[in-house]
Amino acid sequence: MKSHVIVFPGSNCDRDVAVAIKNISGHQPQMVWHKESSINQSDLIVVPGGFSYGDYLRCGAMASTSPIMQDVVKKAKEGVPVLGICNGFQILIESGLLDGALMRNSSLSFICRDILIKPKNQSSVFTKKTQVAKMPIAHNEGNFFVTSEQLKKIQDNDQIAFQYCDENGNVSEHSNPNGSLENIAGILNENKNVLGMMPHPERAAELAHGCEDGKTIFESILN
Amino acid sequence: MLAKIYITLKKDVLDPQGSVIANSLKSLGFNNIEDVRQGKFIEVKLNTENKETANKQLNEMCEKLLANLVIEDYKVEID
Repeated sequence: MKSHVIVFPGSNCDRDVAVAIKNISGHQPQMVWHKESSINQSDLIVVPGGFSYGDYLRCGAMASTSPIMQDVVKKAKEGVPVLGICNGFQILIESGLLDGALMRNSSLSFICRDILIKPKNQSSVFTKKTQVAKMPIAHNEGNFFVTSEQLKKIQDNDQIAFQYCDENGNVSEHSNPNGSLENIAGILNENKNVLGMMPHPERAAELAHGCEDGKTIFESILN
Repeated sequence: MLAKIYITLKKDVLDPQGSVIANSLKSLGFNNIEDVRQGKFIEVKLNTENKETANKQLNEMCEKLLANLVIEDYKVEID
């Protein structure tokens, strides 16, 4: 099991992800600085959360032009699983690996609290073990948007990975924290080997975090 | 050569910041506000005098990086 965590200037969830992967798989992931030009053979590449390049221009826009991202895109197209969390999701969208855009939260406020999500696609490499799960979100730009044509395409192709929901798994406006279209919290690429999600599974991955629901996502990929 | 680039949200994309600004302007007494849309303004200085080349490059910059074409439109002006 070889995994890699990409580190940009401004990443701040890279170590948390590395700890979660180590605890769950027993293997220490390799940290890869964004100026590197390639990644060795990998079973999982994580683009972690944070504030890469201070969110200049648009969240994730600058990081998407970093040298390492060319190889991340290449590996993703070859089928290597790639997971983008929060700012990592924004970077994967800006890199063109995922559809849509992440706009400012509809409330215009930074939101930092626990939310509930449930998988819509339950067969992808990332979503096999998750039921209704609690984990934190911490973002200002997580309001997922796609054009109506793109929405139809991702719905028809079963690319919606996670939706915000309530305790009973109901997806409604009430359980939508940031205005995301269709309560979308995470989406997959067409081949289902790239996942971008706004919630932070690595921050709900051990008892000390107060919740371990996020482990299911890593367990699904790593085991 | 100085180029001016205007980036705005597409018409059918909700602009919550624009709505809040509109409300604030109304509360200042500007009662004839119909709508406010917020965007970005970027100046790019190029060391070329060939407007055609510059225009082509600037459009490419917008499409590759400066604008997110899923939600934004852009307009390039060259002095």
